This record gives sequence, C-alpha cells and structure tokens, in this order.
Amino acid sequence: MKVLIQICSFGAAMLIAFTVTMYSLPQRRGEVPPEPKAVDLSQMTMGDFVALGDDLYRNRGSCPLCHNDLGRAPDLEAMDVVGELEKTLAKPEYKGEAKTVEEYLRESMVNPSAFVVKGFGKKGSNDTESPMPASDAPPAQLSATEIDAIIAYLQDKDGYKVTVTLPEASKEEDKSTETASAAAPAKPPEFAQTPEQALAKYACGACHTLGKVESVVGPDLNTVAQRLSLAEIRESIIAPKAEVAEGFPDIMPDYGARMSVGELEMISQYLFQLGDHGSQASGNTLPEEQASNSTGDHSSS
Amino acid sequence: MHSATEMLKRYTIVLLLGGALLLVLLLVLGLGDLAVASTDAASTQAAESVEAVTGASSQGAPRLSEGDYPDVGVSSRSLVWLVAQLHLFFAALVLAVPIFVLVIELIGIFSSDDRYDDMAHEFMKITLTSYAITALFGGALTIALVLLYPDFMSYMTRVFRGQLLVYPVLFFLESLLLYIYYYGWYAMRYGQRKWMHVGLGLLLNFVGLALLMVANSWSTFMMAPSGVDAQGVVTGSMWEAMAGHLWNPLNIHRFIANIAFGGAVVGAYAAFKFLNASTAEDRAHYDWMGYTANFIAILGFLPLPFAGYWLTAEVYAYSQQMGIMSMGGILAWTFVIQAVLVCTILFAANYYLWTGMTRTDGADRYQWLVKYIAIVMVLGFLVWVTPHNVIYTVAEKAQLGGGHHPILAPLGIMPAKNIAVFLMLVFTFLSFQIYRRADKVITVPWKNWGNALMVCIYLVATVNIIFAGVYYGYYTNTVYKVGSSVMQVASTVVVIISGVVIDTLMFKGAEKMPVTWGRVSARSQYALFALPVVFTWLMALMGYVRSAMRGHWHVYTVMRDNSPDNYVPTLAYVGNMVSLSTVIFLTFLLFVFWVADLSNVRQIKPVASGLVGGDAR
Repeated sequence: MKVLIQICSFGAAMLIAFTVTMYSLPQRRGEVPPEPKAVDLSQMTMGDFVALGDDLYRNRGSCPLCHNDLGRAPDLEAMDVVGELEKTLAKPEYKGEAKTVEEYLRESMVNPSAFVVKGFGKKGSNDTESPMPASDAPPAQLSATEIDAIIAYLQDKDGYKVTVTLPEASKEEDKSTETASAAAPAKPPEFAQTPEQALAKYACGACHTLGKVESVVGPDLNTVAQRLSLAEIRESIIAPKAEVAEGFPDIMPDYGARMSVGELEMISQYLFQLGDHGSQASGNTLPEEQASNSTGDHSSS
Repeated sequence: MHSATEMLKRYTIVLLLGGALLLVLLLVLGLGDLAVASTDAASTQAAESVEAVTGASSQGAPRLSEGDYPDVGVSSRSLVWLVAQLHLFFAALVLAVPIFVLVIELIGIFSSDDRYDDMAHEFMKITLTSYAITALFGGALTIALVLLYPDFMSYMTRVFRGQLLVYPVLFFLESLLLYIYYYGWYAMRYGQRKWMHVGLGLLLNFVGLALLMVANSWSTFMMAPSGVDAQGVVTGSMWEAMAGHLWNPLNIHRFIANIAFGGAVVGAYAAFKFLNASTAEDRAHYDWMGYTANFIAILGFLPLPFAGYWLTAEVYAYSQQMGIMSMGGILAWTFVIQAVLVCTILFAANYYLWTGMTRTDGADRYQWLVKYIAIVMVLGFLVWVTPHNVIYTVAEKAQLGGGHHPILAPLGIMPAKNIAVFLMLVFTFLSFQIYRRADKVITVPWKNWGNALMVCIYLVATVNIIFAGVYYGYYTNTVYKVGSSVMQVASTVVVIISGVVIDTLMFKGAEKMPVTWGRVSARSQYALFALPVVFTWLMALMGYVRSAMRGHWHVYTVMRDNSPDNYVPTLAYVGNMVSLSTVIFLTFLLFVFWVADLSNVRQIKPVASGLVGGDAR
C-alpha cells in the first residue's frame, strides 16, 4: 500500500505540474468565422467594395497567414503590389496569361501555380507549383465578386486606381457571399456599440499590437497613450499619413471616411484610457484577438 | 544446430500462415469494395432519377446547423474526446505490446534462454486484461458518436461503406489470435510447436497493424479528405477514401509511438513489481524486466521525432493553412509544452541509464562523462522551452525596447530548438552507449583506434548539428531553414548507426564483468513511472493538436462543424481534458496491474480448524 501511495503521489505531482504549466500560458479561445451568407450588392460604393476586400483579405481569406514578413509568401502589405506586378508582367520569365495587374492578381488567386514567384514554390517543385490554395476553393472559397474585392483592396492600398468594376445588384447569377461583418456597408450602416466592437470591426489588431495579440506592422496600441495625446490619437486615425511613426511603414488606410464619429470617439477614448493600464486591459479577450485566433495568425515559438 | 530442412519447414509454416492472413484481408477488402461498387452503381442510378425529378442532389456532405446536434446537457465534444482518448490509449497498448513480445520471444528462441520467453508471456498478460477494456471503450465511443454526432457518422458511413464490415472481421480475428497466442503459450513452447506459436504472433501483429491502419484512415480522412469532391460527394472507392494524403505518415507515426508507449507502460509494471518484491530473486527479475521495457520505450522514442517531422511536413504540403494553424497559430504554445514533456522523457531515460550503471563495478570508468551529458541535456531543455515572445507588461516592454527579448528571442525560433533537440538525442545515445560498455572490457587490438573514431564521429556530428542550425536558421532565407533539418537528422542517424556498428565489432571477445540485477536504487524505478505518465499526457496533447488543426471542420473543407463546441478551446481547458483522460487511464492501468498480479495468487486451503487460509504466490 505504501508503494501504491508513493507512486500515485508521484504521478499526481507530475500531472499537476503539467496542468499548471498549461494554465500559466496565454488563454485564448479560437472563435469560428461566421458562415458565408448572401449579400445585397445594391448601393455598394467603391469605398465599401475596397473595405470588403480588406476584410476578406484579413479574415476569411486568411491571406496574412502566409503573406507576411516571415518569407513564406510575398509580403503584400509591405510591398508596392501594383508597381511590382507591372515590372513582373514585363519580364520574360513571366509564364502566366495575364496582361494587366488586375488579371495577374485574379490569376494568382484562382490558379496560383500559373506563375510562381521565384523562391516561393512548393519544396521540390522548382517553383513550378505554388503552395497557395486556390482562393475560389475551400477553405476560403471566395466568389468571383469577393476575389474582385480583394483585387480592389490591393490596388487601392498603395493609392493606385482601382480597375475592377463594381458588382451590379442585378447580377443575380453571381452567387456572391460575404461575412456578416463585411456585409454591413451594403445595408444601412451598423455602428459598433462598444470600443471592442469598433476595434474588431476595423481590424486594428491586424497591424497593431493590441491586448495580447502582437503585430509589428504598426505601433503598439497598448502603450499609445504614453506617446500621444487624445487629439493626436484621433488625428492618427482619420489622417494617418499626417505623421507616420518612426520605423513603421506608411501603409495605414485613412479611416476618416469609413468610421462614424461615435466609433472614432469610442476608439480614441479607449486607447487613451489604456495608458499605463494597458497590461491589465490586455488580460481581457478583445474581439480582434478572437478574429486573429480563428485565422491562427499570431506569433509564438 | 537445426538442419536446413527443419529450418525450411518452420519458415514455410510461418510464411503460409502469414500468406493465408493476407489473402483473407485482401478478399475481405476486395469483396467489400466490389459490393460497394455495385451498391454505388445502383444508388447513383437511383440518385440520378431523384435528381432528374427534384433537381436536387443529396449526395454531398450535410450542411448542419446548431440544432442538428443533440443536446445532452454536457459538452458532446468533451464526452467524445474523453472516451476516444481512453480507447486510443488502451488500443495503442494492446496493439504495441504483441510487437515487441514477438521480438522478445524470438530472442528467447535464438538465445535458448527461457527467461526471455517468461518475460514475453508476462508482458502479454497485461495486454490481455487491457484488451477487454479497449473493447469497452471502443463500444462506448461508437455509441457516443452515433448519439451525439448522428449526421457526421451517417456521412462517414457513406464514405467508408464496406470498411464497416472489414473492421469487425479484423477485430474478431484479433480477438481469436490474441487468446490463442496467450493461452497457447506454454502448450506451444518448444520445437516445431514454438514456431507455430511464432507464426500466430506474426498473424496477430498483421491483424493488429491492419486494425490500426483502418482506424487511422478515418482520422486522416477528416484532416485531408480523399475520394470525395469539394462538396463531399463520394467520387472514389473505399480504398481511395482510406489512402489519403496523410494516411501513411500517420500510420508510421502511430506505429512507432505505440511501441514507445507500450514499452513505457510495461516498464511501469516492472517497476511496480520491483518495489513490491520481497525476495532478491524477484527484484533481480523485475529489474531486468524494467530495463528491457525501458530499452524498448527509448528505442521506439528515438525515431519518433523523425516520423513526427514527416507527418508535419505532409500536413504543410497538404494545406499550408492547416500547418500554420498548428505550429504558428493558436496551437503553437502546445509545442512548447511538448518540449517540456519530451525533455522530461529524455531526462527520465538518461537518469535510469545512469543509475542502472551501478549494477556493475565497471561503470566507474564512464561515470565522469555523466556530468557533461547532464549539462548538455539541461542546456538543451532551456533552449527548447524558450518561447519566441511572451506577454509583457507595458513597463517590461519599454525596458526591453520591443516585443522580443534581444538575447533570448533568437533562441525561441525553430533552428535553435532543432539544435537543442538533436544534441539531446545524440547525448542520450551516448548515455546508452556508456551503459552498454559499463560491463565490458574491450580486448580487440584496435580498441584505441575504434574509440578515437567514435569520438571523432561525435565531434563532427555535434559541429554539424550546430553549424547547420546556425547557418541555415539565421543566415539564409526562411524557405531554406528546413534544409538544416536534413543535415541534422543525418548527423544524428550516423552517430546512432555507427555507434551500434563500432560497438558490436569492438565487443567481440570482450571480457564481461559481473552484472548484479536488482542492485539499483528504488529512486531509479520512479524514472520508469515517469515515462508512462509523460508518454500518456504527451500522446493526449499531441492527439488533440492533430485533431484541432482542422479548426471548425468535421471533415476539412468539406463538412463544416456547426456544433456549439466548434471553437478551439483555451489551453487551460485542454490541460484539464488531457489530465483527466490521463488520470482515468492510469487508474485503469493500476487495476490492470493488480489483476495481472492477482492471477499469481493461490489461496491456501483452509485448515480443518476452520481458520481461513492465507495466500501463496
């Protein structure tokens, strides 16, 4: 009996140690992206369409999962996409069928192996086969309209003219789908009710460190109040190019035309109040963390 | 010496039995597929008629809503998770033990040492008791799945069709062979009959392997579906559904992991018996048994990282998103925990070998090496568990000047961890090598050259592992990082193979020093208890990761999971589930040990005075 008690205690001590280790790690629940649902394409402006592309790019498309600065795929957010692609199209090595940047982007999403950028092919394929799944197939399963929206976003982000045409409401044959959050601009605008909702709606955590989610694309928002006043925070959201933080790329979109005044105020106040309490606030699970979790896009070991 | 004719006869018997089994398997699989093909043809025709009338297709994977999942008041996923995990633990044990039991039985035949035969039989005793528990949990799992996930099970049944007949047939064969193999042990102990027994063991393992592969095909279909189109419509045969992209990598990984797991469990049994032994003879027997079991566990464990690496590489090749989800996404922290667990296994294995060297006086010659091995192991552990980044407070972040520690962050990425892992494996082999050398005095004339060669191989391998990790990991593009692993794996394998070959040649004619089995500390036995605890926990954790990397899909990209439990849970919740399943498994295991021990107890006949007699063993 003594031996039994000893070995049981020994085993229990090990199990407690392992479990406590699990408890000591960051606790996040990975939320599930909403099921795609039909979208009303009427009254959609080009700004809405670009915003839809932005949302699809980050969430359902999970593009930043690979297109980031880790070298898995070209870093689309950091590069001048249209400028670079114009050069690629002019090169004799280009083997695809696209003639314009728009066609190139569409081809690379629907048929990623049509042309693989040197060094980004599947291992052993000598850059003839792309590891990227076709965007119109699962898991992303984007419709033609959604692919157009991402193209619009990629053209717009660096200030180039958007060449894709807006989807027509009468195009009933186009079985366009969209996430619930992205559908908002097409309907009477649904304003965020809380700062957390607003931060999630505009995917601030995709580029900025916020709460527990880290991102090095933009400055850390947990500590923004230590650097900026409330007015400066407001200004940096509605006119981000007015003053770009040192060491960061000038890529933040202008949210002045997209945000409601209420949302802007909520976000500004929230970030300002984080201040020195940023670490405590980061203990809460913010909606954008959940969105990030669902794409699995966070850095760790 | 046996005559050539006699040997030929024996092998013929074994081969005939193996061939008969394969034939049965092929027939069952083939007939199943033929039946399915004809059923398919009929059902396709019927479906086409229906479609012609209604214009709708009902052949794809069902699209479910939350209301389609029965609500039983507790989390369905947790229930299925627990039962499935317990079934897998026992199934792994039951399928693994006969593999090395057969090998030990063969060693007993060729060495003419009955001790091996007795030990193999004793190992089988544990399997036999566990078998019934495996079946109980298997039945409970089937019921739970059908009750809690009826639509999912209905779809899987549609995909795997004839396999549902093959599985019970294999299970029936497994039961039959297992009972004959165990209960016929002493009836077929010598001569021609012994070879019949070996043939039965071979058949038992064939069937066990087939069962493992059939069960794996369901798991791998859910991760990388094959034989169906994007909507889940069944387009291929049952075989095509089984032979998906990840099937063989998982088969290999589980096969090897099961051996390590089985070895660890029977090692714990030996330790349990050793600590309870009252005579020197029993202590010697169970010490030797524990050593053998530990040897099997570590032998199975050493190639496991390579099999795991292949499986992960294939996951990435199938779906980069799924790969990143596991290793770079929300599940990434589990790999830090994996590091802690694997290091615990390596520490326990090394510690057991070091303490085991006290069985012989010749160990003094190698004791000085132990502290250096320990230093490498500790440094390797520290590097392996260093995360790339952690959650800092604002003040800490400001102090650091960024989100990453300037010195420790480079140790958090894979190249540093690869260096640590491979060096730990190489130095664990060194522990094993000095253990083997401890009771021998090498006499071959070229012993100094042999030792020098071995030292050179260790040095070159160590330099190579460090160089490949640093150069490819820190001075080339990310896409080339994987190239370093090939050099590191090759260096590790070269050390192990050349070490075994050189030692085998050097041990020829070596003087054997006396080994006193049973002369080990009681503390050393706790290393044997640590192994199954850690293996079990690790198996549950990594099994969860493999399953969770599908995200919110029952069948990846084909059948969405819309149940209330479709999210990836927090690590604390995972820790609770893993620990709970481990506790239940270990409790059942203690019951298995107790029952196995109970079979040795004989009650003494009560004396005439009416006093109840005691027990005798």
